[in-house]
Amino acid sequence: MGAPRDERTNGKRTCNRDTRPAQAIRLPRGSERYSLTANQGDIVAIIGGSGSGKSTLLRCINLLERPTSGEVAIQGETYRLRSARHGDLEIADRRQVQRIRAHLGMVFQNFNLWPHRTVLENVIEVPIHVLGMKRDEAIHRAEGLLDRVGLGSKKDMYPSFMSGGQQQRTAIARVLAVDPLAILFDEPTSALDPELVGEVLAVIRDLAAEHRTMLLVTHEMAFARDVASHVVFLREGIIEEQGPPEQIFGDPRSPHLKQFISSVA
Amino acid sequence: MPVSDPHPIASLVRPSRTRTLNKLSGLLEPHRLILLALFIAGVLAAIQLMEWSWLPGYLPKLWEGLQMTLIMLVSSVVVGFLFALPLGLAQVNGIWPLRWLATGFCTVIRGTPLLLQLWLFYFGLGALFGQFPEIRDSWAWDYLRQAWPYGFIALTVSFAAYQGEIMRGAFAGVPHGELEAAEAFGMSRRKVFCRVWFPRALHRALPTLTGEIILQLKSTPLVATITVMDLYAVITQVRQTTYLTYEPLLFLVAVYLCLSGILIVGLRWVENRVPY
Repeated sequence: MGAPRDERTNGKRTCNRDTRPAQAIRLPRGSERYSLTANQGDIVAIIGGSGSGKSTLLRCINLLERPTSGEVAIQGETYRLRSARHGDLEIADRRQVQRIRAHLGMVFQNFNLWPHRTVLENVIEVPIHVLGMKRDEAIHRAEGLLDRVGLGSKKDMYPSFMSGGQQQRTAIARVLAVDPLAILFDEPTSALDPELVGEVLAVIRDLAAEHRTMLLVTHEMAFARDVASHVVFLREGIIEEQGPPEQIFGDPRSPHLKQFISSVA
Repeated sequence: MPVSDPHPIASLVRPSRTRTLNKLSGLLEPHRLILLALFIAGVLAAIQLMEWSWLPGYLPKLWEGLQMTLIMLVSSVVVGFLFALPLGLAQVNGIWPLRWLATGFCTVIRGTPLLLQLWLFYFGLGALFGQFPEIRDSWAWDYLRQAWPYGFIALTVSFAAYQGEIMRGAFAGVPHGELEAAEAFGMSRRKVFCRVWFPRALHRALPTLTGEIILQLKSTPLVATITVMDLYAVITQVRQTTYLTYEPLLFLVAVYLCLSGILIVGLRWVENRVPY
């Protein structure tokens, strides 16, 4: 694919001017505290305490949440946003957003499968009704993907009859079905029973091995350290520190990151 | 690397025939058999001891009345439901004037007796229409001077208001995450509505819808008060000409019970087709 740059967010949704540390305000825009770039094949782990803005940052990438300022670009294409009356940004070009979203997969904490459709129907829904794929082809591909996540035999079941791990694997198959430029994982294992976490992480690890671009909000520090090519630590809505996992986990500089790592380890 | 799937939590099992048999055998307990016998005895006694000779002669009229009742029920439910969708949607998602209008409509209609609305439509609107020569001379007058259009309008408006309120709850009750997932995959607003929001809301509204339709069936006799010849109106006629009180009313009870029974069974079948 052409542009080296996959996603770039610049500016933080949750960053309230009054609560920003004084030092941060002085930093010029575009500094590493405010922007995040994921290149093709990067696996970016986003970590931080609760309420630090991890999910918000992730949801700004597909505009499920609108940033208050700054810009987001996918493969060099910047979302067209305009300022709304109350000062926030709002979507200026809905079609553009829909077009870009169709190529970004998102895996949610609570799976968010469509319960009125079977596993297979969940997976073929977007290829057929958004990407305009032929039904036969979509089914053929979906069956392959379901086999891959270990759910080939469950394709005619309804999600509510399945375990959390199975539902999350279905959600991952649903994302893979659109052959996304990047996959956004929003705490994919946080709603799972402990013994089901492993099966979902195994699937994600599998995707990491084939160098899919992924942005991953997670509380699984060991997993992040293992799989990520880049780690971002958020605090109070800004990027406190970012870098390769060895540096973030092995040689943290910010005292907050040090404290965070020692508290979760 | 395929992930092994060690313990499926549940699998889809259709209730088998044997389970239906088990349910039936539950009816065969002594106290239930006694009650059943008493009921049959009651029906037989009513047939034997009461006066039913009027029935065969009135059957054609009763059949017409039944048809009118069913037409009133089905048409008002179908058309009312079509109006209920925008009413529910406007209350959940509309811009404020629409939301305000829809809420106002539902509140006013649900807050006043159906009988009153019926009479306002028939005696008020009907009389008003008659004062305009343009209307009197138009093709519409053929319909507007009859009673049933006003019955239909009143029943439809009432059903739309009640069902609109139910649809409001159903639309609002669809978990936000399911809609968000559809949005995140690039679905347009229309697609989100058609593919996720509406079918989910409809499934959620089905059990309540059943109850509303039964209630609507039992509201239809009110149209007899504006001279629409439904089943109830025919029975009233029977009572006036035969001077019988209980026999026609008991017959009416039986017919409405049968109709309710059929509706309940049919709608429950529809409900059970929702597989999750």
